This record gives sequence, C-alpha cells and structure tokens, in this order.
Amino acid sequence: MRAIGIVLAGGNNHRIKELTKKRAVCAMPIAGSYRSIDFALSNMSNSHINKVAVFTQYNAGSLNEHLASSKWWDFGRKQGGLYVFTPATTAESNAWYRGTADAIAQNLSYLKNSHEPYVVISSGDCVYKMDYNKVLEYHIEKKADITVVCKDMAADVNVDRFGTIKMNEDCRIEEFEEKPIVAKSNTISCGIYVVRRRQLIEMIEKCAEEDRYDFVKDILIRYKNMKRIYGYKIKEYWSNIATVDDYYKTNMDFLNPEIRNYFFRQYPDIYSKVDDLPPAKYNTGASIKNSLISSGCIVNGKVEDSVIFKKTYIGNNCYIKNSVILNDVYIGDNTHIENCIVESRGTIRANSYHKGENGIEIVVEHNDRFVI
Amino acid sequence: MVKKEMIAMLLAGGQGSRLGVFTSKVAKPAVSFGSKYRIIDFPLSNCINSGVDTVGVLTQYQPLRLNTHIGIGIPWDLDRNIGGVTVLPPYEKSANSEWYTGTANAIYQNMDYMESFNPEYVLILSGDHIYKMDYEVMLDFHKQNGAEVTIAVMPVPMEEAKRFGIMITDKDRKIVDFEEKPANPRSNLASMGIYIFNWKTLKEALLTNAEQPGLDFGKHVIPYCHAKGAPLYAYEFNGYWKDVGTLNSYWEANMELIDIVPEFNLYEEYWKIYTRSEILPPQYLASDSVVERSIIGEGSEIYGKVYNSVIGCGVTIGAGTVVRDSIVMNETHIGSNCELYKAIIAENVEINDDVKLGVGEEAENETDPHIYNNGIVAVGEKSVIPRGVSVGKNSVIFGVTSAEDYGNGALPSGKTLIKAGDK
Repeated sequence: MRAIGIVLAGGNNHRIKELTKKRAVCAMPIAGSYRSIDFALSNMSNSHINKVAVFTQYNAGSLNEHLASSKWWDFGRKQGGLYVFTPATTAESNAWYRGTADAIAQNLSYLKNSHEPYVVISSGDCVYKMDYNKVLEYHIEKKADITVVCKDMAADVNVDRFGTIKMNEDCRIEEFEEKPIVAKSNTISCGIYVVRRRQLIEMIEKCAEEDRYDFVKDILIRYKNMKRIYGYKIKEYWSNIATVDDYYKTNMDFLNPEIRNYFFRQYPDIYSKVDDLPPAKYNTGASIKNSLISSGCIVNGKVEDSVIFKKTYIGNNCYIKNSVILNDVYIGDNTHIENCIVESRGTIRANSYHKGENGIEIVVEHNDRFVI
Repeated sequence: MVKKEMIAMLLAGGQGSRLGVFTSKVAKPAVSFGSKYRIIDFPLSNCINSGVDTVGVLTQYQPLRLNTHIGIGIPWDLDRNIGGVTVLPPYEKSANSEWYTGTANAIYQNMDYMESFNPEYVLILSGDHIYKMDYEVMLDFHKQNGAEVTIAVMPVPMEEAKRFGIMITDKDRKIVDFEEKPANPRSNLASMGIYIFNWKTLKEALLTNAEQPGLDFGKHVIPYCHAKGAPLYAYEFNGYWKDVGTLNSYWEANMELIDIVPEFNLYEEYWKIYTRSEILPPQYLASDSVVERSIIGEGSEIYGKVYNSVIGCGVTIGAGTVVRDSIVMNETHIGSNCELYKAIIAENVEINDDVKLGVGEEAENETDPHIYNNGIVAVGEKSVIPRGVSVGKNSVIFGVTSAEDYGNGALPSGKTLIKAGDK
C-alpha cells in the first residue's frame, strides 16, 4: 500500500441553499442511487487505498448514517479501514475544525500512525471517477512536493468559486488564486491532491504553530514558490455539486448516455450503501421519457427529462418535467412539477403546481402523508 | 457453550427439473424471480426477519450460482460471529460416503452441524417457495401446544387437494392422520414443507431411521413420529404462498407482482426481502420508450416498449422492440425491432435485432410438453439468438445458436433447440 486517503467532507456552502439544511453537501444524493461522497470513497477503494479518513463537521449526522458501515466500499478490512473524524474536545483542543488544514492538524495522529509514504486528499463534494495511482505515478515522476489535480473549464463557465491555476510548460504551478474576482485562467483545482505523508505532517504542523487553518490558502498558495507544486490535468468528467445550479446540472448530466456509460458500465464501479428496495414499478397510465428512475419507485403519471431518486411515489395524472425528485417523495395525483428540485421525504399534496420560472426552484413540502 | 433456541435447515439441493432449461445450470433456489431477487431470498429473508440467525443451506445440484449468491450472507445480515449462514454440501466420510439421498437424509448427514449449536428447536425449510412468513409465530404455536413436530399447512381448494400432502386434524389443530396426494382428500390442509421439530425428537427419528434408503420427511420421518405417538400439530398459514415449481406457476407468480396492488407486496415497509445487489445505478427510460404495468430492476436501459412484464437488472431493450407478458432476467440484451410475446429469457442472453419470439400457431412441444406449454417461449442462460429469426410458441432455445439452426429463418412452434448444457 503506497498511500492513505483523506476525504474532506465537513463543509457547507450557502450556494446550495436549503438543500443542506438537514444534510452535509457530501451527503447530497446524486444520480438516483448514490450520494456525493460515494464517488471519492469508491475511487479510493478502486485505487487500492485501504485506509481512508473522512473529516466531517457540518450536519455530520447525515453522513454518519450513510457511513454507518464501511463494507459497501469494501473498507471493512483488518488492514486499513474507514475512519470518520468529527471534531471532538480533547486535552489539547476544544475547537471546531477552523479549516481543512486544521481538520488534518487536529487528527495528525492518523497521519503519524500510518506507514504508507503518500497521502491522497479528495473533497467529498465532487462527482468523478479516477485512478489515484496515475496521479501518484505522475507525482513521483515529477519529483513534486504536492500534486494538484486540475481541469480546464469551458470558456463560458464562471470559475469564481474555484481555485484557479496557471502552470508553466513543465506543469509546475506558478499562480494559484482562490476564488478570484477576475480569473486569469480557466484551469481550476479539482480539490484532489497527492502529497508525501511526512511532507504533509511537516507543513500541517508548521501551519498549526502559526495559527493558520486552510489547506489551499495557507499551504498551496503560501508555499507555491518554495515547494514543487505540480498540476495534473484531467480531461475526464469532473463536477463539483456545491451550488444549486451545478447540483441540478450534475444530476441531469446522467441523462447523457456517454456519461452514464462512463460511470455505470465501465469498470470499475461506483459503490453505495445498499437499500434493499424492490424494483421500480410502472402502472397503467405511466409514461416516462428520457428519465432515470431508481429502485423502489412507483410511477403512475408522466415523467420527462427528469431524475427520480429512490422510493418516490408519483400519483395518477402527474406531470414531472426537467426536475430532480430526491429520495422518498410522495407526489399526489394531478400534480405539475417543472424545473424543480424536490427535497427528500417530502409529501406533495394532490393538485399542486410548482414551476421554477427563473431557474431552479427548490420545493420543500412536508405535509401529512397517509399511507394505505 | 453456544446455545441457539432455534436454527433453520434450508433444503436447497434439488434440481427442480420442471423449470426446464432454467435449472439446467442452476439449482432452482438460485433461479431469479421478481426482477432482482432469487427464489432463495424469500426463505432467507424470512429467517432473519423472524429472528432466526443460524441457517444451514443444504446444497447438492449445480451449487455454483447458489454459493456465490449466498457468500457469507452479508445481504441478509447473516454474517454472524456465532451462527449465520453456512453452506452444507454433501461430503466424503471415512465410511458410507453418499450424496444426499432424500430430504431427511440430507439433514441426517449434517447432524454435527446442528449439534454444534445445541438448539432447542430445528426449523426445516425448502428453498423453492415465494412467501413471507414469521417463523417466530409458528414457534410460539409449537410451544403453546406442547408439540414435538409442527407442520405448516395451507388451506387449498378441495379439488386441488389431491396434488398435495394433506393433514387431517382435530379442532385443536392436532394432526390425527395424513395422506400423500389422496384420490379422495378428507381435508384441504396442504403441507407447505415447513416443519418445526423439537431437536430431541428430530435427532431420535433420524438416528432410528438412518438406514432407510432415500430418507424423506413426508414419507418416513413424519409417519415415524406420528406412529410413535409424538404430538404433531398443524400450523395454519393464510398469507400468500406460491410454489414456483413449474414454468407456468413461475410465470404466473412473476406476473402477479405487476398488479396494481399485488397480493404479494414487495413495497411494504416491514418484512423486507433482501438480495445480493451487484447493480446499483438507476434505470434509464429513453424518449421513445413506453413502459406500462411492469417492474424493472436497477441499471436497465429501456429504449423500446414494455407491457405487462418483469424485467431484471442491467437489461437493455433496444429501440422499436416490443416486450409483452414476458420475463427478462438480469444482464440480458435485446436488440432493436424485436417482438417478444410470453417469453421467459434467462440471464446473460443476447438477442440480436429483428428477432420475433412467441409468434405463430400453438403446437405441443416435441420433447417436453409437460414443461413447455401454455405458449411460453423459454430461452436458457447465455444463449445467443441470431438476427432476424422468428420463433414459435412452446419452444425452447438454449446455447449459442446461429442462423443455420433456423430453417428459413424460423423455429416453428413446439421445437426444442438445445446446444448447451448437460445432454
């Protein structure tokens, strides 16, 4: 085993609005059957990284429920395993995680007690498939101190919520700006890093001494001229879900057969907690066009260009269009839902009408549900 | 010392030859059912839901699929420190090695397994029925009556009673007599092949009758216990229970799942049925798809039209294809512009474009009319059907077939085309 893993899953983002009222961003449901963190965890497992730590903080409960057993990602092993670190008061500290570097600093023993030479760090709110071994090979070949996975975004994408990167012809990072007002480059950091374990310990300890807490600002940007920081560019699919629009778009991307094929049919697989739901059921009157339907759903109405998550009930004569319906939603008869994200466990009364007029509307409705 | 109140022994070694090609490479309990499940999922889920956490699964016929499916029992929460699920194949002994020669003989050969849990009661199950049953309630009934043997029974229509083992009871449900497939039944309580034995009674009965060739519960053990004067009781079960032993009953039981509120409801909150799920992604229904009165498993991609059908996981159905009244099992690919009527397609089958299944006149099957009838077309696992052929009713295809196997591009009704499996 050459590397251990860290998944950063503690953050919240106001740009995803009420969808994180009850859950962490990394616990957001994705593509019908998964949650955001499944992608990072499956990548770790598929890259044979057996020892992985997940740092949680904001709404940690939702993630803990999902991570209650590590067997789904094949981490239930004698060697390695899944470690969930939620802030705790200790003899040394009674602070929350004040940033990503602080989260690692507060759990430094995890790094110190490992013997693997490298650490792979990933954020848990990104949807992608990656063999970290390839980044690791590159990291070694470049004799880098830190390797940052990065991607060229299309020219029309606003990158002001990402870290932007400029590299020289050798791919060494020359400029790194966090959330720039005016971006000088359309190459962004994907929030995936490879670093030597001892190097990381050293830098994190230094940061902690100086009361600095952020991995990007206080390590990547601060050290960029001192240390050899390299960019590893990917062309494959990668998406961050931490805004409502990106979250919506990422889910809709799975209606594209190429993306579905890439994630679902090409080895290796993405794993998730198994829910033991029955097959989806379509009754007379159901009509589904270009949509994803998950297990446990019962459909009586019309669905077009939508992603329906698990265990959703769609009543007679409903019309669902361009929408994302999260887990376990009950939609009463004759309801019209268009351009919406419907929050999970919602109950929508019969004859309701929801249409996102200027962009995506988030529907959170918890009416009484009468189950037969 | 380990002590389990009740352990279960699940008989899963039978071939189930009346399912034809579907059990030619797979033991019947491992045959897929209701899109994502396999038949054995039902008794295994019943066990864990009833609090029975120690299950011995007796295998013999074609056990590979069954073994991989059960694994260490994770899907049913039967991976336990003490107990859990154990697969019990026949094994060689220093003397008198033999296959399992009968239901009770199989149990007899695993005396040591049962002994190791020091049980009070032993539950005997078979791996080929679709039902949800709380064995704990049956055990309560067994204890209340001070029974030594309790047999689960189900009331069946009087005219069908002659196909079953029938129990004749007094008003307290104590069994006074029984008859196997009687011409003139005296009762309509049919045995479901589910027994609870006091361990002491079972052990004594097995040891005493050990030399009986083909030792069987219905034929030997129960009559022996009765003759000895042990109190035998009949536990009446009134829920859904379906024997899927024939292709027809298998097809019917699958079709019952697509009713608007199925009698056997998989969507109930409690009493979940567990299975090993290897395919997780949602299913995709394309712009030109039509799906009505059907159930579909995870990861399937539907571009065509599906009516009144049960579709498994990871299945693709091409554009312009029409599937009606059919069962399609996991990972099968059906090309474009096909027509399927009342077909049962096993796992990993490749059906190329423009194929028609189940068309033409009715004709009796030439080789096994007692298996393939009622217009069903059966296609065995890993079969390949070449482009553009049409296949009649009551026909069977098994193996990799090519255009030459179909005279004039057609396989008439009632024909058997088998190119794989044990000859």
